[in-house]
Amino acid sequence: MAGGEVLRQNLPEKLEESPSGANELHVLAVDDSLVDRKVIERLLKISSCKVTVVESGTRALQYLGLDGDKKSSIGFDSVKVNLIMTDYSMPGMTGYDLLKKIKESSVFREIPVVIMSSENILTRIDRCLEEGAEDFLLKPVKLSDVRRLKDFIMKGEVKEGEKRCCKRSRSEDCSPSPMTHPCDSSLLSSLSSSSVLSPLSPSTLSSKKSRL
Amino acid sequence: MDVVTQMQRQLIQYTSSLFQEGFLDDQFNQLQQLQDESNPEFVVEVVTLFFEDAERLLNELSKSLQVEQESIDFRRVDAHVHQLKGSSSSIGAQRVQRVCIAFRNFCEQQNVEGCLKSLQEIKQEYSLVKTKLETLFKMEKQLFAARGSISR
Repeated sequence: MAGGEVLRQNLPEKLEESPSGANELHVLAVDDSLVDRKVIERLLKISSCKVTVVESGTRALQYLGLDGDKKSSIGFDSVKVNLIMTDYSMPGMTGYDLLKKIKESSVFREIPVVIMSSENILTRIDRCLEEGAEDFLLKPVKLSDVRRLKDFIMKGEVKEGEKRCCKRSRSEDCSPSPMTHPCDSSLLSSLSSSSVLSPLSPSTLSSKKSRL
Repeated sequence: MDVVTQMQRQLIQYTSSLFQEGFLDDQFNQLQQLQDESNPEFVVEVVTLFFEDAERLLNELSKSLQVEQESIDFRRVDAHVHQLKGSSSSIGAQRVQRVCIAFRNFCEQQNVEGCLKSLQEIKQEYSLVKTKLETLFKMEKQLFAARGSISR
């Protein structure tokens, strides 16, 4: 497993290259409602994202290769997902359960997970954020939500590439990657307030709530 | 040309009335924003999925409530209503969504009469919004056809 992790960190940018060469966000959307799947797929496509839509948490794990099949658990060259958006209330595995499984995975825990719910329940929101959810969206999800999310994730992806470069340069030789950015101490401190990698502190939680 | 303008006006007025009477809310506008030349039938497609989903759920609800009162599975009923609330909200069917909210409260209270009343209301509201949306789509289609025949 350690070998797989080192290999993963040495990979170039996670952004999916579309045939045209432009960097495209690949989003995995999970929802048990047919109507909502159709809407979220369209919202994401119109926002120039590559979309994979599945109907359950189980299917999502299968897609990611996290369903216990040892062969696919080191999935560094199979599936590249930049964001997971999941409904909260689903039969069987809830969005919360899925979130937990993803955060438990050494391979996928860094992927931002956004929870969508029709119910504005504060304890639910807190639970999800505490478990590492990037954001909590109230349904019905709007185009403005997706755009805001996309901008945020795109910025995060660029910063992640830079942060990985900094991490490597501290502990081992930094081999040149296709997109090498100069590392900046101010960049690192601003990174600690984004939730993608750092554990959630009370201040991060309150800044999330204010965004809601 | 006159005919087309008239049809356009009627369509605008009709659509407007649906919003005014609360049948539709802003989410319907959101859906229209997602429609373009590459996806010209998007709204009709989503609404059609909603119709199918709603009819399935209304059937399930009727079945779940037709049993002996003591054996009503309120959790199951609530789960169905929750789904219907979700999909109606996703297309902007505001009045249906509102009845779903009331319905869920009755489920929570395990109030059989309330549930039965809500079910009737939902069926009515669903039937109304379905008719109205079908009319709307028909008007759009006719307008589109009329425009098309003129530009030739």
